[in-house]
Amino acid sequence: MAIMKVRKNYHQARWDEPMIFELSTPGVRGIIPPAPEAEIVAAVGDVAGALPESIRRTTPPALPEVDQKHVLAHFLHLSQETLGSNLNADMSQGTCTMKYNPRVHEDLAADSRFANVHPWQDDDTLQGVLEIYYEFEQIMKAVSGMDRFTLQPGGGAHAVFTAASMIRAYHRDRGEAEQRDEVITTMFSHPCDAASPATAGFKIVTLMPKEDGYPDLDALKAVIGPRTAAIHITNPEDTGIYNPLIEEFVNVVHDAGGICFNDQANGNVLLGIARTRDAGFDFCHYNAHKTFGTPHGGSGPGTGAMGCREEFAKYLPYPTVEKDSKTGRFYLDYDRPDSIGKIKGFLGSAGVVLRAYAWAVMMGPKGLRETAEISALNNNYFMELVKKIPGITAPYAEGHRRLEECRWSWQPLTEETGVGTDDILRRVGDFGLQHYWSSHHPWVVPEPMTIEPCETFSKEDIEEYAAVLAQIADEARTDPELVKQAPHKCASHKRSAEEELDDPTKWATTWRAYKRKHGKV
Amino acid sequence: MAESEVYPYIPNSVPEVKAEMLNKIGISSVEDIFAEIPEHLRFKGELDVPGPIASEYALRRHIEEILAKNKDCKEYIGFLGGGVYNHFVPSVVTTIMERDEFLTSYVGEAYADHGKWQAQFEYGSCIAELLEMDAVNTPTYDWGMAAATSIRMAARITCRSAALVAAAVSPDRLSCMKNYGLSAVPTFTTVEMDPQTGLIDLDDLKAKMTDDVAVFYFENPSFLGAIEHQGAQIAEIVHGKGGLVAAGVDPISLGVLEAPARYGVDIACGDIQGLGIPMSCGGGQGGFVATQDEPRFFHEFPALMYGVTPTIVEGEYGFGEVFFERTSYASREKAKDFLGTMAQLYGIGAGVYLSLMGPQGMREIGEGIMQRSAYLAKQLDSLAGVTAPLFSAPVFKEFVVSFEGTGKTVADINKALLERKIFGGKDLSTWFPSLGQSALYCVTEVHTKGDLDALVGALKEIL
Repeated sequence: MAIMKVRKNYHQARWDEPMIFELSTPGVRGIIPPAPEAEIVAAVGDVAGALPESIRRTTPPALPEVDQKHVLAHFLHLSQETLGSNLNADMSQGTCTMKYNPRVHEDLAADSRFANVHPWQDDDTLQGVLEIYYEFEQIMKAVSGMDRFTLQPGGGAHAVFTAASMIRAYHRDRGEAEQRDEVITTMFSHPCDAASPATAGFKIVTLMPKEDGYPDLDALKAVIGPRTAAIHITNPEDTGIYNPLIEEFVNVVHDAGGICFNDQANGNVLLGIARTRDAGFDFCHYNAHKTFGTPHGGSGPGTGAMGCREEFAKYLPYPTVEKDSKTGRFYLDYDRPDSIGKIKGFLGSAGVVLRAYAWAVMMGPKGLRETAEISALNNNYFMELVKKIPGITAPYAEGHRRLEECRWSWQPLTEETGVGTDDILRRVGDFGLQHYWSSHHPWVVPEPMTIEPCETFSKEDIEEYAAVLAQIADEARTDPELVKQAPHKCASHKRSAEEELDDPTKWATTWRAYKRKHGKV
Repeated sequence: MAESEVYPYIPNSVPEVKAEMLNKIGISSVEDIFAEIPEHLRFKGELDVPGPIASEYALRRHIEEILAKNKDCKEYIGFLGGGVYNHFVPSVVTTIMERDEFLTSYVGEAYADHGKWQAQFEYGSCIAELLEMDAVNTPTYDWGMAAATSIRMAARITCRSAALVAAAVSPDRLSCMKNYGLSAVPTFTTVEMDPQTGLIDLDDLKAKMTDDVAVFYFENPSFLGAIEHQGAQIAEIVHGKGGLVAAGVDPISLGVLEAPARYGVDIACGDIQGLGIPMSCGGGQGGFVATQDEPRFFHEFPALMYGVTPTIVEGEYGFGEVFFERTSYASREKAKDFLGTMAQLYGIGAGVYLSLMGPQGMREIGEGIMQRSAYLAKQLDSLAGVTAPLFSAPVFKEFVVSFEGTGKTVADINKALLERKIFGGKDLSTWFPSLGQSALYCVTEVHTKGDLDALVGALKEIL
């Protein structure tokens, strides 16, 4: 058996790296772009120089002037000061499904026959890309039970927005757009389930959980009505609790003429276990960058694969990818008069779709189910270890099991020691682990911590993580300042002026602004 | 439990490990966990999906065989643009973007992920220098979304709900803007283009710019290639009615074209794909939105904004979220639009690209592109029945080629070009029927004289 080790002697690279602008020396160059041939120059002369004065740039942009080696070194240093999930037991970022991102996918995406392809090429020269889109859509249909998918949304929140746009079109076509102006969600659904429909113009009604943490069916019945356009709901919720009354929620909304959208951002644990269509949903989405093994890229590119029932398919963003049943040829269908139009340029994040397809076919049907099963097993194993740590609780759902994650509370420890979850999450970084995700706002669970030990973490990873939490809880009692001043071994230290980040006279999101506001030359 | 297969990505798939974990939990099977799901909602049987292709080598062969059905812009000479651009990708950019540290990071705090925050800050800072604006978002999905965001921001800033949009805007982007904008900006009105120059018709702008208009959006260069040099007049008209000017610009042009802030643009947006990100069939897009750093503008950004800030160690750069309350992560439906996983990796790549290029590289690449464009246009214009560029305004890397005088359709011409391993320009006959049989051609620094001459030679044969 592998050993479990708490990395007490860990230290992240700390390069004390200057800004790239501070490495600049006038005249130094990092790369030379290809110059046009002399014959071209001779034929046309100085074209840019002949531009009207009003649009000709006379002050060069103040970009860094750095040689290639130092540009490379600078960004390598910054990479070493970044703890990607492939480097650590990053079950920290609960709700994000930080599974292993296979290296082979990067090789495939770099293949010139993919990387150097333009989406407006003739369909005959895009047959490979279109086949991958078509086949991944079939996989998504099988996983969810839905009839059609779009792979264009660039992330989960974008998929939720796309669904809200389609629901808006559906009610408009029925003459009920003005009447049906409310979307219902729950507090433990992702914030985008509120914000994305709000951006599409809906008023948002948020249901608070019952005392036991479960979604409140009576609360739903109290707000449902002729104004209900839809419900946008996560299941399992960000607490890891599966709503056993999900079908009743769907029925109540359907009975009132509303549409049901299932945010399956937490759907990793349901692959081959339960399909969203079978609970009656009209729409759903899965995140390729969570469930289907594609890298998160520091927050994108991603893909929110959004599915719907046939009745709504005519509203999907154009173009759709189709297959000619006679010839087997794939083609893009732009002729979709009821489409809501474009929600993202071209075909969406094609590289993400390619990687997600590769992941899914490598796993196969049994592997998808194994993914779900081990996610549930890992989380419950983790819970078994963590619940023994004094000072932490797993609020809600007493006597029930969580599926893939749990939203914990450090409140007892905070009350005892004054050390809060924001301190603990910073301290976690001192052990070679990513700072964990506390919770979206508002904090319904006090002093929250959300951990998702998905299937690619080993038993030893889970034990290591639990041991680190136990040690920090111990430190909170014996040396609280150690935790409150953390991190000590990360690439940088605790911020000392949080209030400046909300102060327009101090905040600086670019080097220009920083120099101006803080008097740097 | 599924059959006892061991998966390289699932360490705990080993039966003995599973058994030990189940034992520790005190259950006999994972079914005891899934009992939380009502039995009749459980999926019975096996998902109808392909695979497994368990061997990495076999997987590679499988995918490569599919990709072999594509044709790429290395084997073929490509002249397609319209938002996805075939620019060169420096090796250093590829190296950095492929680092697992960046590639597989997500939303970690600015301590263990300090480097990601700094790289993003530097990316935004480089874009800021191109635009001469002080506030730049972390990348959104793409240009269409950036333009749509700009429109919504303008509506909130001005408390108005109508938008004017230039005629020569990408129809796909316009579609995105209309759908995204709908709840805040239900009315989009087109400002006509001067049919001779391809520039914005200032008289039409003046007539339509009323005091209920939040924003005038145009692209520079326009979707049809014209470099708009009437920026100051446009700003005067729009600002005179209390509206804002939003412009979509091509960042790679900004070594030779004026910074938009200098001709009155209030909100600048665009796409960073051309800055070192491969085309990837349109998968390499990332959108920027920028303004000056004034609270009334800044407050309306939906995106995460990374700011530099002090730490407990004197002189150390730290980073944090600036005015986080704006965002939907903090304020749910009360936020400015919504936020989510977007395109941050491409921001890092574009930051590396701009750091390599520097001001001199950006000037040279812009000058060279313009020379190649002018050269190709000149050659094409010499062909019987061909007009290039169709409009008289100066062009950067894209321009309209009219084949009206040839008696042939663009569709037929492009088909014939394809047989000669050339991807001809985008057929505009559906999107811009008034231009007749015209195509949008795109030339970049990757084109050699040989490539350009090959196109001209092929057209001589075809026409």
